[in-house]
Amino acid sequence: MIRSAVKFALWTTSVLLAYPARSMACSCGHDVIEQPEKVRANVGFLSTATALYPRLTAQELVEYFGRLNGLDEATLKKRIDDIFNRLDMNGFRDRRCDKLSTGMKQKTSIARTLVHDPPVMIFDEPTIGLDVMTARTITAFIRECRDRGKTVIFSTHVMSEVEKLCDTIGIIQSGKLLAEGTLAQLRQKYSENDLEEIFVKIVAPHYVPAEAH
Amino acid sequence: MSARNIGIVYKKELTEALRDRRTLIVMFIVPLVLFPLVSVGFGAAIAALIGKAREETPKVMVIGGQDSPSVLSGLNKVPKIQVVPLEANWKDQVVNKQIPVVVEIPEGFERSLAEQKEQTVLIHDYDGDLKSDTARGKIEKYFNDYRDSVVKDRLAARNLPVTVLKPFEVKPHNVAPPEKSGGALFFGGFIAYIVVFLCLNGGMHPAMDLTAGEKERGTMETILSSPISRTHLVLGKFLLVLTTALTTAALSVVSMAISFSIVNALHTKPVQAGESDVTLHIGFGAALSVFIMALPLAVLFASVLLTISSFAKSYKEAQSYITPLLFIVILPAIAAMLPGVELNLKLALIPVLNVSLLCKELVIGTYHWNYIAIIFASTCVYAVAALFLAVKMFQRESVLFRS
Repeated sequence: MIRSAVKFALWTTSVLLAYPARSMACSCGHDVIEQPEKVRANVGFLSTATALYPRLTAQELVEYFGRLNGLDEATLKKRIDDIFNRLDMNGFRDRRCDKLSTGMKQKTSIARTLVHDPPVMIFDEPTIGLDVMTARTITAFIRECRDRGKTVIFSTHVMSEVEKLCDTIGIIQSGKLLAEGTLAQLRQKYSENDLEEIFVKIVAPHYVPAEAH
Repeated sequence: MSARNIGIVYKKELTEALRDRRTLIVMFIVPLVLFPLVSVGFGAAIAALIGKAREETPKVMVIGGQDSPSVLSGLNKVPKIQVVPLEANWKDQVVNKQIPVVVEIPEGFERSLAEQKEQTVLIHDYDGDLKSDTARGKIEKYFNDYRDSVVKDRLAARNLPVTVLKPFEVKPHNVAPPEKSGGALFFGGFIAYIVVFLCLNGGMHPAMDLTAGEKERGTMETILSSPISRTHLVLGKFLLVLTTALTTAALSVVSMAISFSIVNALHTKPVQAGESDVTLHIGFGAALSVFIMALPLAVLFASVLLTISSFAKSYKEAQSYITPLLFIVILPAIAAMLPGVELNLKLALIPVLNVSLLCKELVIGTYHWNYIAIIFASTCVYAVAALFLAVKMFQRESVLFRS
């Protein structure tokens, strides 16, 4: 759980949208400064700031990113069919992105993020603004990714999602990592069962309301 | 791999551009529909106006002349003018364009003529007004003819030949081929102006949409999180801007050639003696060479447009940066249209102006090969420099993430 102020800086750096500091080491065996393109190819990045091309259809958009990631046409077709089936997207395959609902857009964004099957995935509040059913489909899909051995970095303000999905939980406030551990470790350490209570206990002493800045 | 990536980006941008109404309007509707409509329509309207002024029977008032009946009756017989009774406010009527001209014949005109006294016939007119000028021309012609006949009679009375007054004639004789002289010169400059203007205009919207527009829509971050290198990305975008710029320019030359040939077909007869006959015509060779010269210029435009608009945060901001550029580019193109501005070594190095001047010559079929080489090479140098700048700009985080 990362508060938005710091979030973007962290994300951009982690995906090398922006140039990383030298201290950022390596990802999947590639140096982030020497080979930023290779690092980006190993990462799937989704945030509320990554929009879709309005004039492409959902399928064209996912195909575009698949090709940019170097997939050949046969693999691309198979991957797209898999993801579109899994995320229940076949009903709007050929609809332009500017004509999609929020849920459809989010599904397309996820398909775009994962089309090249990256070992590392970064999801920034992927269920924000979605209806329960769509959100469920997405969290279920993320859990599958985890179970297939992918590294998923996931940020959210929804505690139930954290409890369901996360192996390791980090709580960040004002740019500082205040706590880190498994759900069991955190429960034990702060002697609370409910994650929201744990969160409040950790964050409250450091919390400065936004207006005070 | 790199060519493949650039190709992927280009293909995707093309798909999007062809679904963008604004791009389609600039690329196809303006050169193919709007442009011929405006130029042909405007030309036809002017021709109709001039024709109407010539066809119309202007009303003429005459001051004096009661004591000169033969001049007056001659004036009455001039075809296509109508002598109407003089009114007291004749001056106001001329000023208000109710009546084109008023002729003032001096008192005792014919008597003084017989006595060979010096005298002046005044034509009160509205200088610069088309109808007034046409009517004045008719009256002038009548009086000049009348004067000539008087001179002839006087010479005959003294048994002298006409050559006494006119020992020789002075006459200009145009040796330049008609397709390279007169109105054709201006016409060449006009074509060059149109090509330069539409080339820039065609690339403007896509350049802003693909950079500032993407930042605004949030798709810039999406694409930058993919593994494509920024150089490939900007080159793919550049190719798209270049495509729209060249398509717009090429289509406008083609549509102009077609619409002018239509105008020529409609306009075969009414060229009267003494009027310069401007045939508007673009040959295939001229069109092709203009297009080839426009190539490096289009590269220059596309790169500059991309560089400037990738700095902007939003489409609107990009527009406010590009508008001054439009003036900077259009001015040399207009300067090239002016008569007397000719190619020389210095001007051949000034971007836009050099190509405009050269195109002016190319359209009328003159090929100065040394200038063609200098201009093509210098424009290529500018174009490559601008493209390099655009690529550099795209590498800069402070430019891409300005917020």
